Amino acid sequence: MINIKEKTIAYFVLILGAVIAIYPLFSIVNLSLTSKSSNSKVQNEFFGFYLGNYVEAWQRGAFNHAMLSSLLVSSCVVLLTLFCAILAGYAFALMQVPFAKTILVLLLFGLVMPYEGVVISLYEMMSSLHLLNTYWALILPQVALSMPFAVLWLRTFFSTVPKSIIESASLDGANRIQSLRFILIPLAKSAIGTLATLLFLFTWNEFLLALVLIPSNTSIQTVPLSLSFFAGNRRNSEPPVTAAAAVLVALPVLIAYLFLQRRLIRGIISGAVKE
Amino acid sequence: MSLKKLMWRFRYAEWSSLLFIAPAISLFSIFVVYPIFQTIWLSFWKWDRISPGVWVGLDNYIKVLSNPEIYSAFSHSLVFVLFYSLIPIAVGLLITLLLLRVKIRGESFFRAILFLPQIISTVVVAISWRWIYAADGPINALLAKFGAEKITTAWLGNFDTSLIAVGIIGTWINYGLAMILFLSGAQRISQDLLDADRIDGANMRQEFRYILIPSIKGEISIVLIITLTFALRNFDIVWNATQGGPGNSTNVPSLFIYKSAFVNRYVGEAAATSFLLAIVILAVTGLLLLARRESHD
Repeated sequence: MINIKEKTIAYFVLILGAVIAIYPLFSIVNLSLTSKSSNSKVQNEFFGFYLGNYVEAWQRGAFNHAMLSSLLVSSCVVLLTLFCAILAGYAFALMQVPFAKTILVLLLFGLVMPYEGVVISLYEMMSSLHLLNTYWALILPQVALSMPFAVLWLRTFFSTVPKSIIESASLDGANRIQSLRFILIPLAKSAIGTLATLLFLFTWNEFLLALVLIPSNTSIQTVPLSLSFFAGNRRNSEPPVTAAAAVLVALPVLIAYLFLQRRLIRGIISGAVKE
Repeated sequence: MSLKKLMWRFRYAEWSSLLFIAPAISLFSIFVVYPIFQTIWLSFWKWDRISPGVWVGLDNYIKVLSNPEIYSAFSHSLVFVLFYSLIPIAVGLLITLLLLRVKIRGESFFRAILFLPQIISTVVVAISWRWIYAADGPINALLAKFGAEKITTAWLGNFDTSLIAVGIIGTWINYGLAMILFLSGAQRISQDLLDADRIDGANMRQEFRYILIPSIKGEISIVLIITLTFALRNFDIVWNATQGGPGNSTNVPSLFIYKSAFVNRYVGEAAATSFLLAIVILAVTGLLLLARRESHD
């Protein structure tokens, strides 16, 4: 029994929540479209589509490089992590791995351990391997740091697959690799899809590792890093240009999100409950 | 574990499974496990990456623990726990309680928008809020419109407001996550139960305590773990919003670590601090996981 009053309050609260969630984005889009000359009436210009700031941000920020770097790093991290984690997740779910409990506890440690605990040593390691300021310095640690989450996620999924399906496959003469490849992976398609999206997002947005491990090679800096430097350089000087840069950088993620959000959120909700 | 059990395990262990886990575990060992020990090792040395290191034992820990800056950094973290974790959870619970009986139309639309702050790069988030808080930004414009020019200020640049201002950014990032997970958990509660309850004359407080909280315990602990570790780690937002300033008013442990390791080159001290921070975070999450397991059984 719901009365009208309750319903009105409910929707009012939801709409308020939604408005607050998009307001910051709205406000920098708004700022990015104002021309420098009319700075004083920034608040009043809602539809004055002035794109000069975008042109300037794109030219000065060299974000095309950064986007390619981010795309390369994120794709490599996702593919490598998925490959390793599918194999390991399968083993932990369906095989008698020796010392499985010990290893899983270790992975759990890795899951909650802050990056700050390893970032200093990673810097020393990469610098002694002469890998600082290269893609490897970002990709390898990112893969390793994503591993606990990916393995535990897939193990949870694989262990929910009914045993009868797997047994009937082995009766048909499929070996482990075949049953993984032709039965389990197709079954896990949407779980793997959600995981891949999450890993991509984590890597794309990672800031501290990029700041430490590619400190001085602007040609391979990732998007968050180059945006941060860009904004730092002209702090307080030209907010509209900085805003335009931020919008440019957020755009690809926002567009991808538009298509993937339903599945992503559903996957996260079901994953969060299972974990 | 008894010897017999151990033998049994050895006999029935599938050693071929080691091949399956080898790629994942070797990468994890080289780039996560080994660096952890390396960090601990470094924390016993005085080293600036230029002159050779000197073994100093526990000196770095003593130095760090007697540095008032560290205590202020950790106390700022506590404030951030409030803003990044506890307030979003409180808001999420309150809203879920309000919406308990309502069948929401367009739920996936609201979800998508509420989840938005989680997917945007923290650098973009920090830049947008820097503008919102700016001296000529929207908040001050609004205040001026209502004739409250007196309290307008550069919110991130003012010693009295900067910490809370950075905290509110965290509240903004996390309240949607809490709402989404709590609302989806609350859908498991049957309407019949709620109706029966209301006929029995239960008020909202009782509903909150005896129906809502027990049914979404799992979601609450997940959100608690995610947001607490976020609050304690918090580097990106602070670095890009204030760099710890003005003064040290928004300094946090992770910023302290970054600055001492890579700006001032006190590598040993930075390693000691990062070990301490990792211990704090592991302890907090460990306790939460333990409590969660207990409540599950």
